[in-house]
Amino acid sequence: MGRLVPHPLLSLALVGMWLLLTRFSPGHLLLGTAIALIAGRAMAALKPDRPRIRRWIPALRLGVVVPWDILRSNIAVARLILTNGRRGTRRSGFIRIPLELRDPTGLAILSMIITATPGTAWIEHDRKSGVLILHIFDLTDEAAQRDEILRRYATPLMEIFQ
Amino acid sequence: MNHLADIPLWIALPVAFLVVAGSSLALLGTIGLLRLRLFYDRLHAPTLGTSWGIGAIVLGSMLLFSWLDSRPVLHEALIGIFVIVTTPATYLLLGRAALHRDRAKGSANLPNAAAEGADPPKETAEDTVPD
Repeated sequence: MGRLVPHPLLSLALVGMWLLLTRFSPGHLLLGTAIALIAGRAMAALKPDRPRIRRWIPALRLGVVVPWDILRSNIAVARLILTNGRRGTRRSGFIRIPLELRDPTGLAILSMIITATPGTAWIEHDRKSGVLILHIFDLTDEAAQRDEILRRYATPLMEIFQ
Repeated sequence: MNHLADIPLWIALPVAFLVVAGSSLALLGTIGLLRLRLFYDRLHAPTLGTSWGIGAIVLGSMLLFSWLDSRPVLHEALIGIFVIVTTPATYLLLGRAALHRDRAKGSANLPNAAAEGADPPKETAEDTVPD
């Protein structure tokens, strides 16, 4: 794509947004495309690290797994709130997760997944050691919950971006 | 709002279900925020509203207005996308502020897993330091 379209994904997303916000017509497609290209070049002037998607299949799989997991967590947390934490037996706590994921875009997406999922909260991450501290609303099995986050989200994100 | 009376049942039922489910999740989130005791626990409750709470309401709205306008009306999806993209910044800020306060006080709320910090021994390392 090179110099003319320095940020193809960003430009594509902007065209999509423009067409969603206006009624679709060839004129708007043209105008939106022009604006998206200018915005892409403006972005290039800021010289951000360009995220590179290396593999699409794990990305598509994440797009299905994540909304489904978030739905399950919604139901689980809603039930815990309704039952007053299984009548006071719910235990919350922190877990430390050593991450091998280093890509900034991957980490940003991981933080979105973890924040959007009820029951897990992103508390702290250290870039040097890669250790992530999460707060878990319903801490039942520390090792299993750590493995689940690594297996379901961190590993696919590494496959996508690293 | 009289045109709403013309909506057939097969579209009204899923729309009603989605909107009621979404708003119930948002309501439960606020109840949780009110009733939970620990600050870190309270962080979790409002995420009900910012995940499928808003998700279900947005889907219901998309469904209803797509039918009413006889064309796909999808711009509500942007609300959902922006909520998902922007909430981590707020939660990170809140979580780290609480952690900082509790560490400074040596609070009993913090078990070993969080008391030490994610950064290795030398306390100068911060997220902002590039590799």
